[in-house]
Amino acid sequence: MNRAVGTDAGHEHAEGQQHPLAIYLWIWALLFVFSTFSYLIDYFHLHGYLRWSLIIIFMLLKAGFIVAIFMHMAWERLALKFAILVPPLVLLVLIGLMAIEGDYTFLTRLTAFLR
Amino acid sequence: MSENALTNKGESSSALGSLPGGAAEHAPTTTREPASTLEGLSGVVSDWASDKQAFRVPWGKAMMWIFLLSDTFIFTCFLTSYMNVRISTTVPWPNPSEVFALNIGNQRIPLILIAIMTMVLITSSGTMAMAVNFGYARHRAKTTALMLMTAGFGATFVGMQAFEWTKLITEGVRPWGNPWGAVQFGSSFFMITGFHGLHVSAGVIYLAVVARRVWTGFYDRKGSYETVEITGLYWHFVDLVWVFIFAFFYLW
Repeated sequence: MNRAVGTDAGHEHAEGQQHPLAIYLWIWALLFVFSTFSYLIDYFHLHGYLRWSLIIIFMLLKAGFIVAIFMHMAWERLALKFAILVPPLVLLVLIGLMAIEGDYTFLTRLTAFLR
Repeated sequence: MSENALTNKGESSSALGSLPGGAAEHAPTTTREPASTLEGLSGVVSDWASDKQAFRVPWGKAMMWIFLLSDTFIFTCFLTSYMNVRISTTVPWPNPSEVFALNIGNQRIPLILIAIMTMVLITSSGTMAMAVNFGYARHRAKTTALMLMTAGFGATFVGMQAFEWTKLITEGVRPWGNPWGAVQFGSSFFMITGFHGLHVSAGVIYLAVVARRVWTGFYDRKGSYETVEITGLYWHFVDLVWVFIFAFFYLW
């Protein structure tokens, strides 16, 4: 009997994830535009910080729109948003640590090869 | 389970049942009611066994999100180890712009294959999003067609990836070396794109199975098209991972 309650609530919410087709088409178009821009970064041989920052900006824009609109995260309740979007933030710590570790290994190798 | 708990659930269930459609949010849920007054180990079992719903989405959707979260960690580990070996190598990294260039006509176009693969995957994400929309609108034929299109684009993507692998292997790229520079290039490439390609392949099968069920009216009988949305979550995630691989492996 309790299962019936859960199914009912879930069903109701699921059927609520209906949005105008236009919003999907707009996001779709945007993703094409951002991808083209990303490709043009390489095509025009941009270098250094300009290249890296543009790559990251377009990447985050694309990722954000996919998660928010295509995966419907924008319309989910805050509890689900927190549960899914907060844990990956600890990965930033891993990335930071491994970047430091990579630099350290690089310098160690330089020293070893110079001798 | 104690008789008390059963009575509580029975009451709340009937209370919800009598309310009109949109009122479920305001109705008292089973979540706040004490499941049991048992103590000790039986209490632990009883507390964990009681139905407490944290996420007000179908359980399949919550589980898919949690699976995707774990997948995020796996892919991040791959990309982070790639970053680590690329930073730490003293040998120059092969230039992806040239490695993945193709000769079309007499022109050598940098990274063109990867650009086309990106577009194919984004196109498939768009058709998937529309399939979810038409599913909830109960358009069976359109949903099936769009899902099969999505699977088709996915298969195209895997085909292009097979072409790319073949090309690189004939050029001498191996997990332990390549003609252009740092040896770690090969292992990172095969590991990251291989694992992603595996996800795309699995997704194509997943899509085909669900599309068939849409076509046969399985979800009409079940009364809900949420499975199409859950399949969509997986597919969009595959596209999402590619966004990061494209940025960090191919463009960086």
